[in-house]
Order: sequence, then C-alpha cells, then structure tokens
Amino acid sequence: MAVTVTEDGNRAEDARPLVDAAPGPRSWQRAFADLRQGWKQRTLWGYLGWQDIKQRYRRSVLGPLWISISMGVIATAMGILYAALFQEDLHSFLPYVATGLLIWNFISGCILEGSEVFIANEGLIRFLPAPLSLHVYRLVWRQTLFFLHNLVIWGLLMIIFPQPLDWSLLLAIPAFVLLVFNGGWISILSGIIATRFRDIPPIISSVTQLVFFMTPIVWSYERLLSNPAVAERARIAELNPAMHFVEILRQPLLGHDIVWRHWTIVGVITVIGWAAALVCLRNYRSRVAYWV
Amino acid sequence: MVSIDIAGACVDFPIFDAKSRSLKKAVLGKAGGRIGTESKVPIIEALRDINISLRKGDRVALVGHNGAGKSTLLRLMSGIYEPTRGRAAVHGKVAPVFDLAVGMDPEISGLDNILIRGLFLGMTKKQMEARVDDIAEFTELGDYLSMPLRTYSTGMRVRLALGVVTSIDPEILLLDEGIGAVDAEFLAKARDRLNELVERSGILVFASHSDEFLADLCDTAIWMDHGTVREHGPLREVLHHYKGRDVLAEMEAR
Repeated sequence: MAVTVTEDGNRAEDARPLVDAAPGPRSWQRAFADLRQGWKQRTLWGYLGWQDIKQRYRRSVLGPLWISISMGVIATAMGILYAALFQEDLHSFLPYVATGLLIWNFISGCILEGSEVFIANEGLIRFLPAPLSLHVYRLVWRQTLFFLHNLVIWGLLMIIFPQPLDWSLLLAIPAFVLLVFNGGWISILSGIIATRFRDIPPIISSVTQLVFFMTPIVWSYERLLSNPAVAERARIAELNPAMHFVEILRQPLLGHDIVWRHWTIVGVITVIGWAAALVCLRNYRSRVAYWV
Repeated sequence: MVSIDIAGACVDFPIFDAKSRSLKKAVLGKAGGRIGTESKVPIIEALRDINISLRKGDRVALVGHNGAGKSTLLRLMSGIYEPTRGRAAVHGKVAPVFDLAVGMDPEISGLDNILIRGLFLGMTKKQMEARVDDIAEFTELGDYLSMPLRTYSTGMRVRLALGVVTSIDPEILLLDEGIGAVDAEFLAKARDRLNELVERSGILVFASHSDEFLADLCDTAIWMDHGTVREHGPLREVLHHYKGRDVLAEMEAR
C-alpha cells in the first residue's frame, strides 16, 4: 500500500518553507525560548512551589512554621555546641552559625534538588509539554520560600543578640538575588547531566556534604587565620566557591565589614556558570524527554 | 495560524541499561581503550520518516496496532519529543490528553487540581476560575471538589480530568485513548462535550481503538504501522484497509 502524505499535493508544498524556517532542536533561539516561556508560566510554578511547601506539612498543626522551628532548633544546638568547641563568644557566634546555616540550606537545597530536578518530574516531562525551565523555576522558587521561612530565625536572633547592623544590610538583597541566579544555572546544568548519567546525584550529594565542612559555617575563617599554626592551611578555604556565596550574604546580615573580593568571585562564577548551563541547555534540552 | 508540519521526522529512543547509563562506562571506557566498550547504546526506532501536514479543520483518527507508534506520534505533535532527525513544526496552543492521572496531585483538593491542570494546558488562572462552576456541574462532584483527590474513586478522577480538558479552548487537541473507567451515562454526556470541544478546536488528532468514537469525531485517518505512516486519507478508506472490512458501513447498517 502506498504512503500518502496528504490528501492534496498543494498542502505539502505549502508546508515546506514553514518546516525549514523553524529553528533546529539545537539552537540558541530554542534554548532562550525555553527560559522565556518558562518564565511566562510563573503563575503555574509559583503555585506549584507553594503547594510543594504546603504539601510537606499537610495535616500538621503548625504547618510551614515547622520549617522555621526545625531550623531554629538545629541552628541553636549547633551554635551552642561549636561555640563551646572553639571557645567562641556565644553572643556573636550563635547568630554567626545560624545565619551561615540558613544560607547554606538554600545553597545545598538548590544543588541537591537541582541534580534531581528532571528525574523527579519524569511524569510531567513525558506527558505534558512544558518548557524544561519551568521545573527549574519551581525548584528555585521553593528554595526561596524555604529561605524566607528560615529568615524568621535570623530576625529572632537579631532581637536576642543585637548585631552592629547598618545600611550595608541592604546589600543582602542583591546578594540573595545573586544566590537565586546561581541556583538557576546549577539546577539546569546538574539536572541535565544527572538525567543522562544517573551516578551524578549520589556523587553530588556526597561532595555537597563534604563542602559543608569545608565552608566556614560552624567555624570561623578569621579565627583560623589569626592562629599562625593553621593560617596557611586555612587559606585553602578560599578555593571553595561555597565560601564566597555564604560570605556575600552573611556579611550584610550580621553587620560585618563587606569584603568585595567575595562579590567579584561570585560574579565571575555566575557568568561562567550560566554560560555552561546555556550551552548544555542548547545542546541537550531536546534530549531530556528521551532520557528521563 | 494553526498547523502541524512534520517532515522526515524520526524518533529514536536510546535504551540505557544500568551499565551504559552510568558514568563508569563513559569514563572507564575512554581510559580502557576499545575492548568491550564499542557497543553503542541500543536504539528503538519508534518513528521513522514521518511526513504529515495538518491544517485548521483537520479531524484525524490515528489507528494502528499496539506499539505501532500512535502515542509517540502524538507526543511528537505535542512537542514533548523533538525529532531525532527531520523537522516538526507545530503552531498553535496544544492541549494533549494522554494520561489523565499525570499532573494530578492526590494530596490536594479537586479544585486545586483543576487549576493546576488548566495552567499546564496553557490557561490562565482567571480563565480557570471562570470555568470552575461549569466543571463542577459537568463532573457532578459537587462538594467533593474541596476534598483531597486521594479520596476520589478512579471513575471520579477520570470525570475530573475530562471536565478540565473539555472546558478549555485548545487550538490543537491531541487525544490518546484511555477514556475508560467511567459509567455509561457519564460517557454519553462526555461525548457531547467532546464533540463540542472538537468543534472549538482547530485540529484534532485522536488515537483510539473504538471505531464508534473515531467515526463520531474524525473525518480523515492515519494508519500507523511499525513506526511509519502506512496510509493517510479519508477515514472510511483507511479504516477499511486497516480492518480489512468496511467498518463504517457495518455501523451504519446497525
């Protein structure tokens, strides 16, 4: 039996230029269109992100307040423990540990969930056409909501242990925006790679755990530097990108002096990271549906 | 302009088993030389060299045996899969109705599920809010809509999903079979709404094994066989060739 393309030949001819004019699956145009269309659907991912949070605490009496409470308990316990271990002054060290922890929670949330972002949404990706970036926006938005809940703890600590806050506190806003931007590229990049190579998520989660201890969160970088015995080795921490991300937000939140070196490094990482994520999105965006 | 143009499109699925999907093979494979690592990822050719061009007003039935590529073709048209080779250009707002359960969250209420599904299908929040009453009336779920979806029976879930889908205004409607599990009375009602929906939409592509449904909704047909288009033409002819008998005539005779 013959293969008939259309009922009449004219139609098929009409169609040709249209098909050829469309950009191929591996084009910058399609990659940017994905990001743009995902952004347009912000009602959807905004709603889904909220649902994710409400879901986790469904049927509990305190609901999402548990995010703040559990963060408060962990931060207080770790603050007291490490202040004793390093013989630090609790008044300044407890807010230091707590603020570092809540920033770290946002960073590690973006990294850990980022590597699973497409794998976890397998059903949606295979059955409902939607831009890939939709899932990334949803994830970063969810992490942002978590962060805002945790910020309550910071507020409480500022009341109990007043810190020398000043106008530099406003820098916390651009610092957090930078963190959000970085959460975006990290989810896209690690999400796509992890969908293809399923060994990536466990690798990422163990590395992230390691990075936590190498980042000055429960220990103080300045304190190590002032100790001549370990000062040389402490400088290695500078190589850890997470340190700079934590510092740009923690310094304004605690009224510490702003060290612009951290901002420069974060800026450079943001640009490089997005460049890598965009290349990955351009080349493998259309393959993710085949890989999940 | 509403259109679907597919030219020389192929869809190849790579089948990664645990070994080929891991980094180990990619990394060690390079280091270890050629021995044993030459075997490429096996590929399933789900669609081969598809050429289809649809315009506004086309009502197409997709027929073929299980595994012939009907669902894959629908997903190609919806933009979920982009062709491995060849091109597929789809213009218009696509509403795919494949698996009614996907995108439904059992923990949240029926109303929230209506909203989320609607947003996924390209509607705005306002549009969906305006349609909620209509959906509530059609699904006959009433107060149940504020209950979490996990308390629903299978039939009730299908009602809800059908209610949402038939309330939207798609330009391209892609229906995959699986509209079962509903009682007969409701199905008759759903049929009327489906008919209305099809009239509202620009292009319909409907994959089904039910000749009656196809005869109701479609006028042309595509016969898929082993991942290729075996025949594309008027519904009656294609169904005749596919089934080996004139099904529509039998139906009329009844």
